[in-house]
Amino acid sequence: MTEQRTISVVLFAVFVALTLFITVRASRQTRTAADFYAGGRSFSPLQNGLALGGDYMSAASFLGIAGMFALSGYDGFLYSIGFLVAWLVALLLVAEMLRNSGRFTMADVVAFRMRQRPVRAAAGISTIVVSIFYLLAQMVGAGALVSLLLGTSGEAAKIWTIVVVGALMIFYVTVGGMKGTTWVQIVKAVLLLIGAFVMTVWVLAKYGFDLSDLLGAAADRSGKGDAFLKPGLKYGATDAWSKLDLLSLGLALVLGTAGLPHILIRFYTVPNARAARASVNWAIGIIGVFYLMTLVIGFGAAALVGGKAIAAQDKGGNTAAPQLAEHLGGGAGSTGGAVFLAVIAAVAFATILAVVAGLTLASSSSFAHDLFANVLKRGKATERDEVRAARFSAIVIGAVAIVLSIFARGLNVAFLVALAFAVAASANLPTLLLSLFWRRFNTAGALAGIYGGLVAAVGLVLLSPICWGGASDTLPKGNADALFSADTVAPFPLQNPGLLSIPIGLLCAVAGTLLSKSRTDERFAELEVRALTGRGAH
Amino acid sequence: MTTEPTRPPEPSDRPDPPAADPAALAALDGTPEFQRLRTAFRRFVLPATAAFLVWYLLYVVLSAYARGFMGAKVVGHVNVALVFGLLQFLSTFLIAWAYERYARRTLEPLAAAVGEETP
Repeated sequence: MTEQRTISVVLFAVFVALTLFITVRASRQTRTAADFYAGGRSFSPLQNGLALGGDYMSAASFLGIAGMFALSGYDGFLYSIGFLVAWLVALLLVAEMLRNSGRFTMADVVAFRMRQRPVRAAAGISTIVVSIFYLLAQMVGAGALVSLLLGTSGEAAKIWTIVVVGALMIFYVTVGGMKGTTWVQIVKAVLLLIGAFVMTVWVLAKYGFDLSDLLGAAADRSGKGDAFLKPGLKYGATDAWSKLDLLSLGLALVLGTAGLPHILIRFYTVPNARAARASVNWAIGIIGVFYLMTLVIGFGAAALVGGKAIAAQDKGGNTAAPQLAEHLGGGAGSTGGAVFLAVIAAVAFATILAVVAGLTLASSSSFAHDLFANVLKRGKATERDEVRAARFSAIVIGAVAIVLSIFARGLNVAFLVALAFAVAASANLPTLLLSLFWRRFNTAGALAGIYGGLVAAVGLVLLSPICWGGASDTLPKGNADALFSADTVAPFPLQNPGLLSIPIGLLCAVAGTLLSKSRTDERFAELEVRALTGRGAH
Repeated sequence: MTTEPTRPPEPSDRPDPPAADPAALAALDGTPEFQRLRTAFRRFVLPATAAFLVWYLLYVVLSAYARGFMGAKVVGHVNVALVFGLLQFLSTFLIAWAYERYARRTLEPLAAAVGEETP
């Protein structure tokens, strides 16, 4: 254990040193607002495709999905497929038009033909809320994960991990801006792909590259037989609500991705719409292959390590991939096992670090460009002031995230990732699409859509079994880990709000529009021409 | 109606291009060239979006409510659920490829033709 810990720490230190070096170099080329927010719009499609993958393939999707395959079998696939298919929304409806008609943030497009201040305030708030939810889930997860992987126990180690991760992400963003953060994503994505590829080939080689053999071995070892290979062990095994929960989750996953602010701002880092489209295509290829590899890694862990040994280390299954690495390297106690485990653990840290940096950048961009420059300063801030505000807000948002994560470290906050997707799907995507496609859409509609979707998604979770864990006739199991109370029955039976909050967000946007007489036909004509032709693009 | 405030010039070696004239851009909206571009864009994007959403939701609904069917063996330990899932990957890759092709062959030439004489 100590041997492996040393190697892990050394490898991680190398990654940190490398990324700090890159960040400082990038800072020398970061002068203008376009440099800070959009990396000078000079990345190539492959670079941005890797960075999109780096932003997207979080520890939750690497360790979490591999763990879900390992413990619940097939149900891990429901997650990864939703995460992948979602990119088609980004490709067909969002990426090119956003690149053509916006400048730095999502609000640039949503507020284009609306009254600037209220709409930018709303879009900025929902951007920051989504990013902070996602950020908290990642940082709390980082604390728990590092304790697991390094075998340290105790609260001090968790707190230190959160502080170090937070300090590094603040450094990447304030010093390196989008250029530095993008390079961190690229390095991380390459490391993660190499790590996953080696494990995948290794696992497949053990089964003579016969997927059916691997599946059979995983099903046998799980003790659940064929049930392990079909949907339902995790979702919908108990009651009718959990099946609806699955639909609700699927909807939020597929519609949420194209509303995630840290993904949206990446479309501005390339020179033009064609490059934005090409970078999404790269991302689809990279992410698709990655999720296929997690399938093999997860079933490999189920077959080779076994669910019992995995659940003994972490009942959420997050250690499935590292434990599989140890097994492949030669097993516990062997040098090979220690080395490979250390490598995969270091890759997992790199993954967390890159994702939190991307999230911090997204929220500080929106704070500076939308709230500071356009709401507070009414568009009269100079570029220098704007970039200074962005750096300052990265420090503040980072500090707030560190403090909140420390307080939340004992809670099960994994639901925050699904909630971030639900808010993105309910508040951001409907208003973004309506502003690009619906001539009649106006300020009242945008405000109603954003606030309605946001309040619906967050409010429904506050009423859900995540917060109130009481058992009832329709929810016989209840939720012992509920945040507020373990025996009050939840007023809203679904853990995932998307099924209801996405239609609510959309309806609010439509109703708000129709109740207001305001029309913006002239500006819509301009937006449409910009979005589809790229004329006048920044 | 509010317009974006004008921004100060950027002290950069890679400046953003100067702002285009909004009225001139808006005027292009009514031209036949632009109408053709918009029709061509929507003709691909809207049916493709509807298709992949329905195809994905079918997969999720079957996963929730048709578990017997999803568990049916196809070959060896490979069942319908796995094949269906892999087909989702395949369809995603295919739609992305088809859109790239369509954008290059059809949309980009149409976009280039918009406002040729009045840039």
